[in-house]
Formats: sequence, structure tokens, C-alpha cells
Amino acid sequence: MSMWNRFVETMSSLSALNFVYLVSAVLFIFALKRLSSPRTARTGNLLGALGMLLAVIVTLMSQQIISFTWVIVGLVIGTIVGASLALAVKMTAMPQMVGLLNGFGGLASAMVVIWEFYRHRLVGDEHVFAVIAAITSLIGWVTFSGSMVAFAKLQDLLSSRPIQFPLHRVVNVLLMLASVTLVVVVGVYPAYQWVLIVLIVLSLGLGVSLVIPIGGADMPVVISLLNSYSGLAASAAGFLLGNPGLIIAGALVGASGIVLTRLMCKAMNRSLLNVLFGGFGTVAPSEKGEAKTVRRYTLEDVQIAVEEAQEIVIIPGYGLAAAQAQYAVRELADYLEQKGAKVRFAIHPVAGRMPGHMNVLLAEADVPYDHLLDLDAGNREIEHADVVVVVGANDVVNPLALTDKQSPIYGMPIFDVRRVDTVIISKRSLAAGFSGIDNPLFYQDNTMMIFGDSKDTFTSLVSMMKES
Amino acid sequence: MTLIIAITIFVLAMFVGLEIITKVPVLLHTPLMSGSNAISGIILVGAIVGAGAGGTLGAIVGTLAVAAATVNVVGGFAVTDRMLRMFRRKGK
Repeated sequence: MSMWNRFVETMSSLSALNFVYLVSAVLFIFALKRLSSPRTARTGNLLGALGMLLAVIVTLMSQQIISFTWVIVGLVIGTIVGASLALAVKMTAMPQMVGLLNGFGGLASAMVVIWEFYRHRLVGDEHVFAVIAAITSLIGWVTFSGSMVAFAKLQDLLSSRPIQFPLHRVVNVLLMLASVTLVVVVGVYPAYQWVLIVLIVLSLGLGVSLVIPIGGADMPVVISLLNSYSGLAASAAGFLLGNPGLIIAGALVGASGIVLTRLMCKAMNRSLLNVLFGGFGTVAPSEKGEAKTVRRYTLEDVQIAVEEAQEIVIIPGYGLAAAQAQYAVRELADYLEQKGAKVRFAIHPVAGRMPGHMNVLLAEADVPYDHLLDLDAGNREIEHADVVVVVGANDVVNPLALTDKQSPIYGMPIFDVRRVDTVIISKRSLAAGFSGIDNPLFYQDNTMMIFGDSKDTFTSLVSMMKES
Repeated sequence: MTLIIAITIFVLAMFVGLEIITKVPVLLHTPLMSGSNAISGIILVGAIVGAGAGGTLGAIVGTLAVAAATVNVVGGFAVTDRMLRMFRRKGK
């Protein structure tokens, strides 16, 4: 057969169904491309939804569907649950929401594998099929159980502190080795179909064991990584079903999670392995005996400082989300801007519990997005700011990251506020940050500490300023 | 589809993904995660085939898979839209 004939034969075997899936995949690529600017992002998201609708409709129309009853039951349940979650979730709870969605993605892929694998009576020579099924199953179930643990931690159903049991790292390594071994066993002996069940149980345990020792402040990395896994699970399922559209869409999401994971690790100056195995935040705060004094200030002192300032930079952290202080802080910014000052927000990549968490909260409170600065732009702005207001952040402004080679956070890029005239820090208490590291900034002469709930602090401050 | 073609598609799609995602600004990283979550719900098409094949196994795992993937798709796109509506420039 000539090359040309072979080409024509291959082309005609491309089914109409797969062609539509390709169109969907292209729409997904456009959707992600349009996320490069907030002006085009919304139509991009709609294009993505359109791509999905198209894929679902042609699947429903294909001859593979014999009975619609269960399909409709699943679609109705999923739509009700998904829509109510999306409408009800608070912006502060977005990390939990994404965690939950990651888990459902993994679960769906893992369930599809069960059906694909057990509907055939395998005779023993389907090695490639079996290996792909085993890999998809492993990724899918790890994503599911890991995401459920991450959800429970973010929702405070489990302690957000690292939870470790004796020999935890050894157990993790053994679980991983056992899982990989079972993937090989499934591949070599596809006819022993019960081995996949053992692998499923093991994968569920692995997911729990991997995520449970990771603390709250490392959640941005974990959520990004699980996001990547949920995509890779869908992609692997695409291999299993011979569906190129699924392979492409899953790979895009896998790549997205990888990019975000790398960015988060870089923003903490730690390697992925260090985050996954570090148990960061378990070290007890040291040097407790050393008595350092913090000067306490009143709201009147703060009022004088901010009213005189021309340029103000606000640095939010997870405490802003925990106290739901985004509206109170926005009111402060509005008031100061009306008086002629310039107010900007500097947002660290790992502030909050997921990438971009603070940006969404402040956008919700109606802060224009061109006032939200990233790490570099934020530091440039801080250089000529008169006043910096830190709201519920700690490690991201800790100068030890620049000065103390012994410190666990040494080398992490931070907002350097040491030379600003006045630093106002709104904090619940003097407790050390998540990392358990003391912050010398608190004891500096130009620092004003205001303890208490950030929302109350800024609400009272604004009403005081409006009255005077 | 042979395995090598599937791998080729996967590798090329990964490169496309890395290229476009790198261009998404930090500002939009949360909607990126929820939006890409919705896209990974494409597994729904595999789930529908399972649930619609008519057999007990398909009915059980297929229906569960369809429900889970639909939560992903509907919840993901809807919550992303809700977030993206909030981003505005100064002065609207």
C-alpha cells in the first residue's frame, strides 16, 4: 500500500464524533488563551462551556447510548449539586470549592476506569490496556482521596496544622512503591482482575497519607498539584477510551496545574518534595524566653498616620479572608483615595490558601483590578510608600527571609517593608505566623501593632475618620 | 488510535498548555483553577457512555461518574463566571 492510500484510510477512519471532540478541545484552548486578560476572560469561559456542551450533545446522540435513564439521573443530580455549590459558595471559601471540584474530577475518571476494566472478561494479553487502566485508576483515586482531605482541612473539619503519625515518610514511600508495583502486576497479569481492587484501596490510602501531613499555608501548592492530577486522570482516561479530545483537554489542565505548582513553590523558595514531605510548621516557636516588647498603639495613632500619608500600600494575607475583612479594608482605601492619597494592594503569590485567592476577595469587594499589584510591582510601589498596612499577613513580610540564613523561610521572596516610614500591622494576636517563626518587624520602632479582629479594626477606623 | 499517536497528542497538548497557562496573570489564577477544573470535567463524555451502555455495572459506576463529572462541569463553569464578573477596572 502506498503512503497516500494509507493516509486516506487513516483519515476516513476518523469518526465524526472524534472530530467534534477536537472542536471542543480547540474551544478549550481558546478559553484558556482568553484568560490572559480580565477583559477577555469572561467570554473565554463561555467558549469553554460551549465546547463542553457540544461534546456532551454529540455523545448523547451517538449510537453507543442504549438507555438514557441513568445518564439523565446522573446529569440532573450533578447539575443541581454543581449549580447550588457555585451559587452558594463564599469567595473566602473558594479554596475548598476548588478542592472539592478536583476530587469530583478524579472520582469521575476513576469510576470510568472501573467500567472499562470490568465490562470485558480479560484473557491475559491486554497488557497495554491494563497498564493504562491501572495508571488512570491510581491517579484518579489519589486525586479523589487527597482532595477530600484537602477539603476537610480547608473547611476546618480537620486540623489545618500538619498531622503526622510515626514513620509517616517511610509509610508514604512504601505506599508509593506498593502502588507502582501493583500497576506493573495489573499490566503483566490482566486476567487477574481483582488486583485492580487492591490497587484502588491502596491509592485511596496513599492520597490521604500524602495530604494529611501538609499544613494550611502550604495548601496553595497542594491544591495546584491536585488540580494537575485531576487533569492528568482525565487525559489518561482518554488513552483508555481512545478519545483524543479527552487526551488534549486533560493535558491542558494537567499543564495548568504544573505551572501553578511551580509558581507556588518558587514563591516559597522551596522544592515540591520539601513541601510534600516537609511537615512544615511543626517546629515549635523557639526562643520563647527572650522577652521582647511590642509597642501597642491605639486607633487614634493609626488614624493620624494614614491621614497624613500620600502613598499607602495594603498587604493582605490569609487573616483578611479569615476575618472577612475585604469590605472594611476596601472602605478604608476608598476613603483615603477620596482624600487624595494613592492606595494600592500588594499581593504575594502565596497569600491565602490558593493561587489568586486575595485577588478574588478584593475584586468581590469592588477594588479595581489595576490596583492589585503582584510581587515585583508591589515591591516597587513599597519603595516610595509612606505607610504600609499589613492585614492578616505575616511570613510574606518577615525580613528574616532576607537576613537570617538559619531561618526556614530564608530565600523566600517577600515584600520588604523595613524602610517604610510607618508600618501598621493588623493582627489577631502576637502569635507567630504559620511557619512558627517570630517576625522582627513587629518589634521595629516604625511599626504600629493593632491587635484584634481586622474587620472590626478597619470598620472602626473608617467611622472614626469620617466623624472627625 | 495507536498508542504512539495517543502519546504524540498528549505531549503536544502538554506543550500547548504550558505555553498558554504561563501567559495567565497572577490576578486570574483562582478563576484559572476553577475554569480548568470545569474543562477536566470532559471525562463526562466517557461517563455518559458507561451509564448509557445498559448493564448493571455501567448503571452503578456510570451514574456516579456522570453525577461527579457534571458537578465539576456545571459548578466549575458557573463559579468561574461568577468570579470573572467581579473583576472591573477603575471607573467601570
